[in-house]
Amino acid sequence: MSLLRKIRDTGRVAEDAPPRPAGSGSRAAAALGGSVQVRCVDAGSCNGCEIEIAAAFGPVHDAERYGARLVASPRHADVALVTGPVTRNMAEPLRRTVAAMPRPRLVMAVGDCAMNCGEFAGAYGVEGAVADVVAVDVQVAGCPPQPEKIVAALRAVTGR
Amino acid sequence: MNGIGTAAVAAQVTLVVVGAPLLTGVMRKVRARLEGRAGAAVTQPWRDLRKLLRKEAITPLGTGPAFRAAPPLLVATTAVVAALVPLVSTTTPVSRRADLILVVALLGLGTVAVALAGLDTGTAFGGMGASRQMTVAALVEPTILLAVFALSMPTGSTNLSAIVTGGLHDPVRLASPAGLLATAALAVAVLAETGRLPVDNPATHLELTMVHEATALEFAGPDLALVELGTQMRLTVLLGLLASLSAPWGIATTTTPLALALALAVLTAKVALLGAALAAAEVFWAKLRLFRVPELLAGSFLLAVLAVTASYFLTGE
Repeated sequence: MSLLRKIRDTGRVAEDAPPRPAGSGSRAAAALGGSVQVRCVDAGSCNGCEIEIAAAFGPVHDAERYGARLVASPRHADVALVTGPVTRNMAEPLRRTVAAMPRPRLVMAVGDCAMNCGEFAGAYGVEGAVADVVAVDVQVAGCPPQPEKIVAALRAVTGR
Repeated sequence: MNGIGTAAVAAQVTLVVVGAPLLTGVMRKVRARLEGRAGAAVTQPWRDLRKLLRKEAITPLGTGPAFRAAPPLLVATTAVVAALVPLVSTTTPVSRRADLILVVALLGLGTVAVALAGLDTGTAFGGMGASRQMTVAALVEPTILLAVFALSMPTGSTNLSAIVTGGLHDPVRLASPAGLLATAALAVAVLAETGRLPVDNPATHLELTMVHEATALEFAGPDLALVELGTQMRLTVLLGLLASLSAPWGIATTTTPLALALALAVLTAKVALLGAALAAAEVFWAKLRLFRVPELLAGSFLLAVLAVTASYFLTGE
């Protein structure tokens, strides 16, 4: 019963949807038709980006209302959300994950580390940025990127 | 007359196929609202299916006929069940063949097909999911059989149409101890059979907690679309069957177009209501630990046994 009261008192916490970001309606978005299944790959991140991704799919930003959904298998996924600089041990798993995804597929590099190794550039365990290992289609800058930016990047893919 | 009966079967199957993804959409919407989220549109599962059908089909290395046959088999068996069970009308050309044992066997065939596909992929999680799914299925099937046997005793037939017609003409039967116990047992069995909380969490991302999802991990593109559609159709058909058995009002017993249209509307309302209630209840439930699931299912089996016993002794036949 306390949970019921909590639900009633909390009401809706999702913020109103911001206007559709510019640049949507790309070819990939048209092929997916407003439905994007997302598989997260942590290629060596400090987990800062993971917290922001969790926030993007949480109640406040609620990326699910734009047609994006997290899934458990790369076989189900359209977008690989890759975070962190790619460490030597994660380079091959990342390649295999992307190879396992059915076409049309997109790779989204989230965070400064994924774009250019950020803080960890030149470290001995780092193979390189995500673009050095697999072809990247979308980039989200920030250390860590704000959930709004992640949601905007996902909306550009869902086209909604 | 026969034309309208055929139309009833066609309408029933069409409603299940078209409505099943929408039911999933409604259930996700209800859950999202209770969690304070806005939630995806109700038509989102249809968008997902449309996209999956356009994607590349992948057959993982080393998989054989079991993997390829499972998705169409799951949808086909569920479609046949949707045609057989009395959801809209009790007088259809196939209603005489709507035998309980056949329906349970068809559902079992679908379950086994998906479990074999999970095993066929040769991955650790696929095999684990298959083993769990068969454990649950082995405990659920007798419960469904016994619960409907309890309902069939007053009618004297295992034909589902006859049971539903009997309930319509003699509503006291539904509120009798046997009827209520059987409904409760059947409700738990339906939850387990369709992989809902508290037996299985359909939204889980953790492979170690998966039951049904683990067997579907390797499907991609059109195959995945069929598996998802099949799973959604099973939920719709079983909720519809539960509604027909426990609250049969509104089902067409005559073959007039008006009764048929009314029955379609009533069925949609009943299944949507049941689905929304299930989604709302799921917010309050946690998934049971796997080793506690047999206890829950044994409990529901016990209810079914009590229902049969009560039906035998209290009706005095």
